[in-house]
Parts: sequence; C-alpha cells; structure tokens
Amino acid sequence: MSKLVQVVEDVTVRFAGDSGDGMQLTGTQFTDTTALAGNDLSTLPDFPAEIRAPAGSLSGVSGFQLHFSSSDIQTPGDAPDVLVAMNPAALKVNLKDLKPNATIIVNTNTFELKNLKLAKYDSNPLEDGSLSKYNVIPIPLTLLTMNTLEKVNLSVKDKEKCKNFFALGLMYWMYNRPIQVTEKWLETKFRNKPEVLEANQMVLKAGYYYGETTEIFTTRYEVKPAKLPAGRYKNISGNEAIALGFITASLKSGAQLFLGSYPITPASEILQELSKYKDYGVITFQAEDEIAGICAAIGASFSGKLAITSTSGPGLSLKMEAAGLAVITELPLVIVDVQRGGPSTGLPTKTEQADLFQAIYGRHGEAPLVVMAAQSPADCFCMSIEAARIAIKYMTPVILLSDGYLAFGSEPMKVPAFEDLPDIHVEYRTDPEGFYPYLRNENLVRPWAIPGTPGLEHRIGGLEKKDIYGNISYEPENHEIMVRNRKQKIQNVQNDIPELEIDGDGDDELLVLSWGSTYGAIKEGIRKARMQGANVSHAHLKFLNPFPKNLEDVLNRFKKVMIPELNTGQLAFIIKGMFMKDIVQFNKVQGQPFKVQEVANKILEVLGGSNGK
Amino acid sequence: MENNIIETSQIKYTAKDFSSGIDVKWCPGCGDYSILAQVQRTSPDFGKKKEDIVWISGIGCSSRFPYYMNTYGIHGIHGRAAAVATGVKLANPDLQVWVATGDGDSLSIGGNHFIHACRRNIDIKILLFNNRIYGLTKGQYSPTSEKGKITKSSPYGTVDFPFNAIKVATGSGATFVARSLDRDPKHLQEMIMRASRHKGLAFIEIYQNCPIFNDGAFSVLTEKETRADNVLYLEHGKPMVFGANQDKGIKLDGLNPVVIDLNDGKHSIDDCWVHDENDPNPTRVFLMARFTDIENFPTPVGVFRRYDKPTYDSDYHEQIKNVISKKGTGTYEKLMFGKGSWEVK
Repeated sequence: MSKLVQVVEDVTVRFAGDSGDGMQLTGTQFTDTTALAGNDLSTLPDFPAEIRAPAGSLSGVSGFQLHFSSSDIQTPGDAPDVLVAMNPAALKVNLKDLKPNATIIVNTNTFELKNLKLAKYDSNPLEDGSLSKYNVIPIPLTLLTMNTLEKVNLSVKDKEKCKNFFALGLMYWMYNRPIQVTEKWLETKFRNKPEVLEANQMVLKAGYYYGETTEIFTTRYEVKPAKLPAGRYKNISGNEAIALGFITASLKSGAQLFLGSYPITPASEILQELSKYKDYGVITFQAEDEIAGICAAIGASFSGKLAITSTSGPGLSLKMEAAGLAVITELPLVIVDVQRGGPSTGLPTKTEQADLFQAIYGRHGEAPLVVMAAQSPADCFCMSIEAARIAIKYMTPVILLSDGYLAFGSEPMKVPAFEDLPDIHVEYRTDPEGFYPYLRNENLVRPWAIPGTPGLEHRIGGLEKKDIYGNISYEPENHEIMVRNRKQKIQNVQNDIPELEIDGDGDDELLVLSWGSTYGAIKEGIRKARMQGANVSHAHLKFLNPFPKNLEDVLNRFKKVMIPELNTGQLAFIIKGMFMKDIVQFNKVQGQPFKVQEVANKILEVLGGSNGK
Repeated sequence: MENNIIETSQIKYTAKDFSSGIDVKWCPGCGDYSILAQVQRTSPDFGKKKEDIVWISGIGCSSRFPYYMNTYGIHGIHGRAAAVATGVKLANPDLQVWVATGDGDSLSIGGNHFIHACRRNIDIKILLFNNRIYGLTKGQYSPTSEKGKITKSSPYGTVDFPFNAIKVATGSGATFVARSLDRDPKHLQEMIMRASRHKGLAFIEIYQNCPIFNDGAFSVLTEKETRADNVLYLEHGKPMVFGANQDKGIKLDGLNPVVIDLNDGKHSIDDCWVHDENDPNPTRVFLMARFTDIENFPTPVGVFRRYDKPTYDSDYHEQIKNVISKKGTGTYEKLMFGKGSWEVK
C-alpha cells in the first residue's frame, strides 16, 4: 500500500518518557539523522536533575524536543506538533505544551492501573475522551518490541529497553528519514555486545516497517532540506561548541590549552569533551573542587598556557575569590559559566540568566573583568575564541556566560575556515632589559613573563602591587592608581569589540534589547510581531562588560526600550543605573526559555493599539 | 628514583642569588627567618636554574615567603597554594615547584587541596610551617593547636583535637614525608635538600616558633637542656636511639612501640626498632607519627617515609605523548570536518 507524502515546512517533535527510557538518546539520534538530511534544526532537551526518579512518576519525565525545518529557524519551537509519550506521566507532563490537533503517539502498554496512578490520572485518558482534540495514535510499543525480539536470547528487561528504538524507527518512517545513521551508531556503540546490537537494530527496523505496513498511518511527511549557504556543516551543542572553540583558540594562539574544572551540571560536558583531545595537547585537570579548578588554571596561566575553567552557578560562587586573584595578578583566564536556575542548587538542569550580576559584580573589592555571553549553541564556538583572544590580549580574566539552554541545545553550524577566524597573538616577554611586571603598554596591559625565562624572575600575588614595579605596596595613592588602571584596562576592551547593531528601522518606537541565549526566541518573536504590523527594532548584546561603545546612542534613539531576560531584571537594572533610561522589563523565571509567541505578544502589548506607528 | 640533576656547573649560585632583596617583614625572632635562610642556602644545590624554580604560597605569615625568594612566585589566596602549584607544575613539568604554607593554610582552609595533592603524588615540594597558632590574624587556635589550648578565640581552652600533619600527609599518599625544626638549621637544610631531589610529592612539616602568639611551643625540642631527651632523629637503616647519653631506644613490641632503657641490663641496641624509610607499608609510619601523642615518647624528626610512585604530572604528559603518537597531532580540519559533518552545496 503506498502512502501519501505530505510536504511540510517545519515540524516540532518531542520525545518524552521515563528518565530511564532513553529519550535523550532517541532525540539525539533523530537530530543527527535530521542534520545529515540537510534541515535546519534546533533542539531542547529537558530532563530532571534526578538520574532515575521513580519509574512512571511525573517527576521522572525526561523530554527531548527537536524543531526542524526547510527554512532558517532560531528556536526549538514553541509547541510540539508531535509528541511521542512512552508512559502516562510523559503524556500528562507534556500535554499542555502541544499545538491544538497535535499528533500524540502513545505506548498503550504502559497505560495500566499502576502507571496511571503514578501519573495521577483518575481515569485512562486514552479511553475517557479527554484527548479528543488531538490526533492520538495508540501503539503497543512494548508488546511489539517484545514480539520482535521473541527469538533473541536476551533478558526480558534488556529486551524491553529496546523499545525507544521502535519509536525512533517509526518516527524515521513518518518523516521519511533513513535509518542508516542510527544503525551505524549502534554498530559502534555495541561493538562488544553483538546481541544487544542485533536486538536494537531489529527493533529499529521493526518500528520503521510498522509505519509502512500498518493501516494506522495514512500519511508520511517530508521536510525538504533547508537552503543553507554552501559550506561544511556540523551539528553542535553549546557545550561541545565551547570545547571546540577553545581548542581552536589554542591552535590559533599556539598556547597549549589547560582546563581546570570540577564536574557540575550543566557544564560537565565541556570537561568531558576536552578530555578527549589529548592529541591537541589539551590538559584537562579534574580538580578536587571548584576552587582548585580555577586556582590550577591560574597557575597554568602564570606558566604561559591558555587557561580556562568551566562551571555553573554554584561553582561560580566558589571561584569568585580566585577570580579576584586573577584580576589583581592580571593573568589571562577564561571562566565559562553555564548558567542554571538558582539560587543555591536551584534547578540544576534548567536554564536561567540570573548570574549576570554575579559575573559583573560578584567579587569583593573593585575587581572588574570582561563579561560576555553567547547567543546560540553555534555562537558558543566563536565566543570562546573571542574570550580567549581578549583574555590574552588584555591579560585579564573573562567570564563567558552560556546557559543550560545553549549547553544542551544544538543546531547546525557552518564551520568557518581556519583563516577566517580571528588571530590570537601571544607574546611572552623574554627581554630582561627594562622589564617590570606591572609596566603597562598603551592598552594598560602588563607583560606576560613566564617561569623558565631567564632574568625575568618576579613575584605576583593577591596583595596590592606597586604600580610598574609590582612589589607589595600599601601606599594610599598607589592603591587608587592601581584600582583605576585595572578598571580602565577593562574599559579599553571597548575599542576592540564590535559596535551594537540594530536590526530594524531607525524610526521604530520600540527597541528590544536582549542578551545571551534568548536571542533566537526574541528574533523570531520580533519577526512574528512585525508580521502583525509592529514597528520594532532589535539589538543583541554579546558584551556585557564593557558594553559596546555605541550602546547609549542606540538606547537614545528609541522612545521605548524593552529588555526581555530570564531573570527578574538584571540587565535592565544595570542599563537603568548606567544610562538613566526607562526600561520596559519582560522577565520569566521558570527555568524555561522564552517562547516565540510570548515575545511577540509582549511586543504587541507594549506598543499598544498603535503598533508603534 | 631521584630527579635528574641538570648541569649547572657554569652557573655558580650563592645563597644571595636567591634573595629578592626586599625587606623581610616577619616579627623579630620569628622561626620563618631561619627557614628562609636554610632554603636560600640550599637552593644553589637544587640543580635547577633560578628561572626554573617557582615558589607558591597561600595566606598567612609563612605565605609571604615567595616575595623574599628571587625566583618566580605567586602569593595566592588562603589555602589554595597546593592547587595553584598543581596548575604550574602540570602546565610545565620542567619547573621545580615549591609551596610555602602554614598549619592554618594547608590543614584548615586548604585541607582539601593538600590531601589531593598528596593523593595525586604531583611532583611539588610542600614546606608546612607549623607554629600551632594563627599568627597573621593575631592569635587564634589552629588545627594543630593542642587540645585545651587557651587562645584569643578559645578563652576557656579548645575542645577540638589537633591534626597530626605527618599522619595526614602519609594517609593521603605523599611519597616523601619528613619533619624538621626551625632551630636546627643543619637538619632542616638536609631535609630541604632531600625534598628537592625527591621525584613526587615531598612534604616537610617544620616546627616553627611564633615568638608573639605561641612562644616556646617547641622549646623542649630545641633547647639544649631538653632536646636530646625529647627528639628522636630518624635515620634510614639505623636503630631508634635517643637521649643525652644515647641511652634510650624504641622497641617495637608487635604493633606497640615502647621506650626502652638501654642501660637496664635487659635491653640492648639490638632490641631497637630499625628505621626503614622505604617501607612500602605505611603502618609503621603511623606508629612513629603517634609518638607525639604518647607521653614520654620522643618527637621524631627526619624522613619518616620515602618511596617511589609514578607522579601525576609525568603520567599525564606521558598519556598526551601516547595519544599523539597514536593519532598524530590534531589539526583544525580533523577537529571540525570529521565524523558527523556534512557538505551543503
């Protein structure tokens, strides 16, 4: 029986199940296949902090959302068109997010009394009519998986574990995707477990053929490849992009890369990823704690390495004293903060932009450093290179902000040619003639003199330094000179970063000023609002300390400025304080990114009936 | 396995070459002066060029040390010297990295870094100046202060038990563990020299007098009249004998050390415990370390333990070398255009 193929422009799919159901894996496989099929895409994994919450419970639901398209997209999609729900809890948790008329594929085998009770359902939603406005496709996934593997010599438990591949196979069929990418992946993954490999491949195929042969499905969909600019592409998550970005910075600068780090969600993948690249000479030091991570990086920086440390909020708090040491010793260092919901342990696996204050102001004393923020998973790559460049050029710590949304989300990145990336010039001082540790150049930057260099033996440290000479100094005037020098040096970075660009007409009434990972949702939200007639401009900050030179000019061109942030108004507070400007705040603190529609609605609301005309 | 000594015959350093020339600002009579002097006296014989030596410290009186040494140095933050030093050494294993630290710095706020540096056996040398008091903050009790000690923050006496630094270092895996005294310059020099030659984490606890806040803490070990009866000089392969007339010894009765009188007609030197610093089993080191906790036992000084174990820094760089020899040196093309990338035309 031949089935109808319907061409659609974009689709948002969400896989949801128990933490142990392999939903992240299923989502990642679908993503890799989709990337190779040439679609533009954006992903959003959403999982609990517990590794294995009680099976079947609402708190244990893990989800992976993927938005793919034949045109350019910026976000993982507001509302899924398709939900694959492996159990009642997954259905319950995700139902509210779906589009009207969304397709729901459910594993009917899990809809029995115990699981319904765990999901706090009083009656079976598959039978009580509560899902009538959705296109529900009930499939006995577990049973079909077990039947497929009837003759395979594996335990019942191991067989059941394969059921996510049945769902994946079925989705491959529905969206006209080849199964070979996943088959290949399985071959590598289970090279040493031939029975498991065979079982998973059988189930994957069975899922695919189920779509083809069963009468349930009348239509399959096709999302044509996106018209991306020519070039070589790679699907990349934010954390992976940071790792590759710093390796590239190491290649560019010739300085060996040293990471001092301690595992923490959602930043651990940076450590894990970098530990693979010993063939690039990368030194990854998994320290005994967050403090040791940054302190070892400071030691490595003193020794002439491109030194970085990676962490998330709680770790950033712990690193702050050492960050101050890097400020006063004026050593290059990049601190990567992959933000998560706070305070304290907060929401470890959820996203938030609430570390901005801490990044800019978190140290005791006058301790300025450079703060910058990546705007998309792929942008993490370029921003890491930029952070390294600035840290080395200005002999300063730099905090690079990412967040959980960027860290785990992924998108295709057009890989830049090596020569197109900025040069990172490293100059170690070797000449003892006229050497003073704190003698500054025209940018107020002191020399990088590393151990092993004859004649340049010197001591640096946390006590205030005598201007130029670097000895300990408690002189009142000297302290003021040094404080101002350190401040001015950071300010000088302004001359080295691009001016803020405005996307929109100069005469728009409203400027939306954004920073960090909200870029995609805000860009699409603005596009949407414009389609409804809104006169709105957009500017996105990548540098938060110092700000781009023209920021004040840009702000003054607009009657209204709105700042959307995933915090209660940290950038807004800074902008208000620095530029005495009224700001319309738009804040969300739910551990979730902005939705495109939310942004568009807010813009229209702020503009009132006039749409800014 | 001892560190290779490079040829420095062309460079004849003197102690003065290792002085940074700035005014030393410890209190008059502070034991730190002696430690600095012994380090500067021995430094020319480390077999290292001046520019290849790095001194790292934390916070506290002892931690001003790097400023006085004419080498590279970082005066870091409280407790973190071992972590900073680990970064320096791992980044450049050719450097000889020393840590100057105190009982508060390394056994209290920085305890974690100290034990993990020992655990990894990273090739750094740690001199712990133990004065059993917080000096720089003016006289609070420290983690090595004896129980019941009356200090500014314990007017009724402390109720906590002190750390035994030798036990902590040994238990954490340090491969060279020694103790010396600020007022025994010769012995201290010998310990420093031996630490400098050891490949792996070398730890020396130096009993150091704080004349202002804990004066005389170790006088029984340093004063002429009492020293001989209270100090046991550990020497590899030698029986444990002490006393003004070398008339007392330590006998090991099973796992119980006992002090014996060599003149009582029942015991002879042959009964004495013979010190073996290379014993791979740390049990006896703990027994020796306990002497300071038992009444009438002498305080051992010298090398408690020295053994060979791969160091963190050399194993780490060996791993990098191996991966590069297998995979070749990484390139940007390999990094970005490999598996999982695709071409859009």
